[in-house]
Amino acid sequence: MTGEAIAFYVLAAITLASGIVVVTSPNLVHSAVALIPALLGVTGVYILLDAEFLAGIQVLIYAGGITVLILFVIMLTEGGTGLRVRQRNEQGPIAAAVSAAVAALFIALAGRTPWAHGAGTLPSYTPGAIGQSFLGPNLLLFEGTSVVLLVTLVGAIMIARKEDGA
Amino acid sequence: MGVMPWYLEALRAVVGTIVIFSGVAVVAAMLGVLLERKISGWIQSRIGPTHVGPRGLLQTVADTIKLLQKEYIVPQNADPAIFASAVVIVPLAALLDYVVLPFGTTRWGPLIFRDLNIGVLYFAATSSLIVVGILMAGWGSNNKYALLGGLRSAAQMVSYEIPIGLVLITISLLAGSLSTVTIVNMQTHLWFVVSQPVSFLIFLTAATAEVNRAPFDLVEAESELVAGYFSEYTGMRFALFQLGEYGEMFAMAALAVTLFLGGWHGPGLPSVVWFLIKLYALIFVFMWVRWTYPRFRIDQLLGFSWKVLIPVALLNLVVTAYFVTVAHR
Amino acid sequence: MITLTHYLVLSALLFGLGLYAVLSRRNAVAMLMGIELMLNAANINLVAFNKYAAPGAMQGQIFALIVITLAACEAAVGLALILAAYRRFETTYVDDLSLMKW
Repeated sequence: MTGEAIAFYVLAAITLASGIVVVTSPNLVHSAVALIPALLGVTGVYILLDAEFLAGIQVLIYAGGITVLILFVIMLTEGGTGLRVRQRNEQGPIAAAVSAAVAALFIALAGRTPWAHGAGTLPSYTPGAIGQSFLGPNLLLFEGTSVVLLVTLVGAIMIARKEDGA
Repeated sequence: MGVMPWYLEALRAVVGTIVIFSGVAVVAAMLGVLLERKISGWIQSRIGPTHVGPRGLLQTVADTIKLLQKEYIVPQNADPAIFASAVVIVPLAALLDYVVLPFGTTRWGPLIFRDLNIGVLYFAATSSLIVVGILMAGWGSNNKYALLGGLRSAAQMVSYEIPIGLVLITISLLAGSLSTVTIVNMQTHLWFVVSQPVSFLIFLTAATAEVNRAPFDLVEAESELVAGYFSEYTGMRFALFQLGEYGEMFAMAALAVTLFLGGWHGPGLPSVVWFLIKLYALIFVFMWVRWTYPRFRIDQLLGFSWKVLIPVALLNLVVTAYFVTVAHR
Repeated sequence: MITLTHYLVLSALLFGLGLYAVLSRRNAVAMLMGIELMLNAANINLVAFNKYAAPGAMQGQIFALIVITLAACEAAVGLALILAAYRRFETTYVDDLSLMKW
């Protein structure tokens, strides 16, 4: 049992256990808070896969940004009143069956396909390689994403603004 | 040193955690609180605590013993799981920052827990985890003032992370790497504070706001919102929140020393001594600012970040990028 | 030995959990959390393929980085819409947001 295997199983257990709390907890704030260990588990998986820049960005944006955003909205809307409202709708069993079937399909596909092994190795300093790629072959992707971010910024402010003549 | 077998790495991580926690608990929390009281007394023309120990130096020890014997009160209708886990997250995120800070250099290499090659990005990421702990503390207290304080504090910290991130990008651009040891080694000839004074000022201002210190401490000042998001925490839990806050302040000051003041470089004395001298000089500046300026209102505070600091930091980044590209052509 | 299949199984399970949240929860914010889990599962897939099947280029990690950015955008706009809907209809349960049903 190498260290990498132990790390993978521990991280997978943390991610899946937190994921189960996120999707089944009747308390909305508990769901949102359980999202954090799930995202940190995914960060650990990225580090195992030699993607350290992506791991840093994942903590910075997902765990430190999107989770805060979700908690803000929960506390500002009715999810935050703490009332015991039924959180699951009528299609619970069907949803469980469908998602189990989709997951089983993906696992079967993953097991049966002989995935090709590409040549080459990943660079050791990923931020540099990602930066070179964004200013080189992937320049259009980079610029397009920044336009999307600008539109999102303006759009979210416009939609969430209070309409009392301000 | 290279990568050891996994059980030795795990052991190193545990020992490192104990060392960092004890170091920060003693230096940042206890010494920092004592320094705060003595420096504030000096600025306000009084002496500060002198009763306990020689010249009052054991005051924080007495405070810690007092806090340890306080009762653990959980408010009625508060969520016990979230109330308890917020106490863990805030000091944990503050202590995780210390992994990438170099305290000096020895014969065998730099005195750093782990020189990650994404060092500066890691620091920004772990200091953004504190916001979640603050929101949980505000929510779990079942107290309107705590909730409002938590929401305001979270908004303030998220707003001031952006100028810090832009300054970190500017310094990494100059040094050519995100690793803290490389950034310090690039400053052997010229400290970055000389070539980037605007960045230094932006970083100090944003760091003061990020750790909720005056003049940006609206959310937890004693005369506002009843101590804000940690009003319902008693005894040792309150001390852990203070550990998180003072620990984060020391970590920000240490990062400023690493990025701008040349880290451990200095003639004569050993490198760790130089690092500590620069660190405590910056801490003195932080405490001096606290007791000199009145505090901002929440809308002035947020407006200052979005309308002043971020445009200036962006302009600084563009100008720096231009000079770096032109100089290398 | 951890191979590509281990990561694909983890990502398939995470995707299944996210899908269950989207299909079976009543609150709009809870559905959004399920969507975030599904996006993370897709990201794990992309990065795992980058390391094991195509390590010559950084394409998988770049794709994953763009997905993280767009997930942040989508969460921001989605939560803004939920806030606006809450102000107008006093509810965040998607069953009750049925003004346009015939």
